[in-house]
Amino acid sequence: MRWLLLKDLQILRRSPLQAFLLVAYPVLIAVLVGFAISRSPDKPRVAFLNEVPSDSRVRVGTTELPNIGVSDRICERVECVQVKSRAEATEEVRSGDVLAALILPADLVDRINSLSTPFPSTPRVEVILNEEDPVKARLVNDRIDSLLTQANLVIARRIAAEGGKFLGLVLDGGQFSVIGQTIEILGLRNSARILTRLRPALPPGQLRDSVDEVIRFTTLARNNLDNAAPLLSRLSQPIAVDKQVVNASTPPLEIFAISVAATFTLAFVVVLLVAGSLALEREENAFARLTRGLVSRSALLTEKVVLGLAVGLLVTLLMLAGLALFVPLHWSRFGLWLVAIVAGGAAFGAAGAALGAAGREVRAVSLLAFMVTLPIAFLSLIPSGALGPALYDVIKLVTALFPFKPALQAMTGALDPAGPSLAAALGHLAILIVAYGLLARLALRRFTAV
Amino acid sequence: MEARGLVKRYGDREALRGVDLRTEAGELVAIIGPNGAGKTTLLSILAGISKPDQGEVGAAQGTVGWVPQQAALYRRLTVEENLLLFARLERHENPHASCEEMLELTGLAERREEIVARLSGGNQQRINIAIGLLSRPSVLLLDEPSVGLDPRQRARLWEFVSSLAETNGTTVIFSTHDIQEAERYGRRLLVLADGEALFDGSADELREAVRREAPEAADQDFETAFVAFLHHRGH
Repeated sequence: MRWLLLKDLQILRRSPLQAFLLVAYPVLIAVLVGFAISRSPDKPRVAFLNEVPSDSRVRVGTTELPNIGVSDRICERVECVQVKSRAEATEEVRSGDVLAALILPADLVDRINSLSTPFPSTPRVEVILNEEDPVKARLVNDRIDSLLTQANLVIARRIAAEGGKFLGLVLDGGQFSVIGQTIEILGLRNSARILTRLRPALPPGQLRDSVDEVIRFTTLARNNLDNAAPLLSRLSQPIAVDKQVVNASTPPLEIFAISVAATFTLAFVVVLLVAGSLALEREENAFARLTRGLVSRSALLTEKVVLGLAVGLLVTLLMLAGLALFVPLHWSRFGLWLVAIVAGGAAFGAAGAALGAAGREVRAVSLLAFMVTLPIAFLSLIPSGALGPALYDVIKLVTALFPFKPALQAMTGALDPAGPSLAAALGHLAILIVAYGLLARLALRRFTAV
Repeated sequence: MEARGLVKRYGDREALRGVDLRTEAGELVAIIGPNGAGKTTLLSILAGISKPDQGEVGAAQGTVGWVPQQAALYRRLTVEENLLLFARLERHENPHASCEEMLELTGLAERREEIVARLSGGNQQRINIAIGLLSRPSVLLLDEPSVGLDPRQRARLWEFVSSLAETNGTTVIFSTHDIQEAERYGRRLLVLADGEALFDGSADELREAVRREAPEAADQDFETAFVAFLHHRGH
């Protein structure tokens, strides 16, 4: 077997461009995919134009609220690109430099203030989107909706807090400033106390009955307004979230991205190399000569898998070492990395052998390997809940039949202690190694035809 | 080598129908016949590549070398690397010595470092045959060895193959479409048509058979006489 291995490495050495592409292409794709996944949910860039005059304040009644910093809060959640005009905002969106543009018009605060007048108008903000594709459109809409919900929440909380203060004045009394003058407010509690003290001095009759009526009213109003205060504060966020994590396998996003990149690389290098080198035996008409007593079919398959595994292991480890320069990895788990790469590589190798045995020419087999590996890899990255349950079940079944998903789980589990169970992924891979090995052995019978 | 009652079926089609063949040491046997006659099937059964549905192949003294119609070698390796690889896979005690011997035999010693893909079809075929000879077989099976070669390359090839039979006593069984080539180099001819062995004998004996069965073609060239013979036998 070692002579065949040496021969395949010699052939690989003689095809430098092919060898370079075989390694460089998947590594490039893997790194791009990996970092696209890890970087995209970070702060999106949004062009921000605030036309609201800096001295404008939201008023509750006759009281002006202090600056509640809506724009600062928005810019905490997105990377705000400050622009000076609508035209500049539109151009930023059109060029794709930003995901969207958010414009707070000059009359926004006036419109908010009009809500407490007899002639309210609806406060509006402007959003400029570039819906060049449906996926982006959906993403941008979700982001903007989320931002505006946050902004509304901030304002509602502030209004609720100010409303609560007024309620306190009505209940307990105190001082209230209006147009530069301070007014003393008696409050329901004090009114009731004064009237209760005054009551015994009144003779029985109509006047005393009227005082009793007022005392009853103040008591009733106080009790009800006592309940209204907490209700008002809850109005801004009536539903609280109590989050419980069921599946605790959540490694950092960067680690997951590196796992995706490494598994992508391993999959493409091993599947293409094994499938291609096996098909080459037939393309060169050497298969029949080899298996005429020189090498058994099983040994030939094993040699191809070992070849793919060796090259895949080398490339994947080099890639991980390179990525470790940017993202800290747990080098103490290196042994587990090796286990995950070897198990994943062997499964990809077995799958590659089955694909290689199905075709007659290297080019056709390479194309087949791409056509199978790429979509399966992408399907394996679809998270649960992203699709309807029936479709997701189908995808789950399809991806379980190919080694990418368990190899990704094994890689994530090996790279980070918070990753999925390594043992379960290795068990899955072992089953696939046996299944694809048998399939490849069966398919090799077709190779016998001269 | 001896084969008796060989039958091979592919689905409903019978590729071989009870073919017998017996060869002696140093014999050059040409298997001829129209397309689909069963020539390659017979050779692949004799080579052990495929198994007959009926009949048996007697073990030859020594090994059987097989040279497929299309060169079975690695075009991205050099001449020497190809020979060394197969010598090692055949577990030769001294693969380098075996390789040198084949390079001398094929006259390719000076081109040992060349990548096979850059060699002419004729030279590729010589390496193909050299690989088949590495095991020093007592029987060499050649499937249409001269296909795609120019006349000069063909002449060199047959000179080389004839010398194997005459000098080393190697039995050579080859299939060919070229009737003139079969007449010239085959000491014995086995005529196959639709999987059936129609004739087994020398070129002179085949001409005699034509004289008996299709006298109008007996004095024509060998190819015309052969076609008339097939036609007379219903093929």
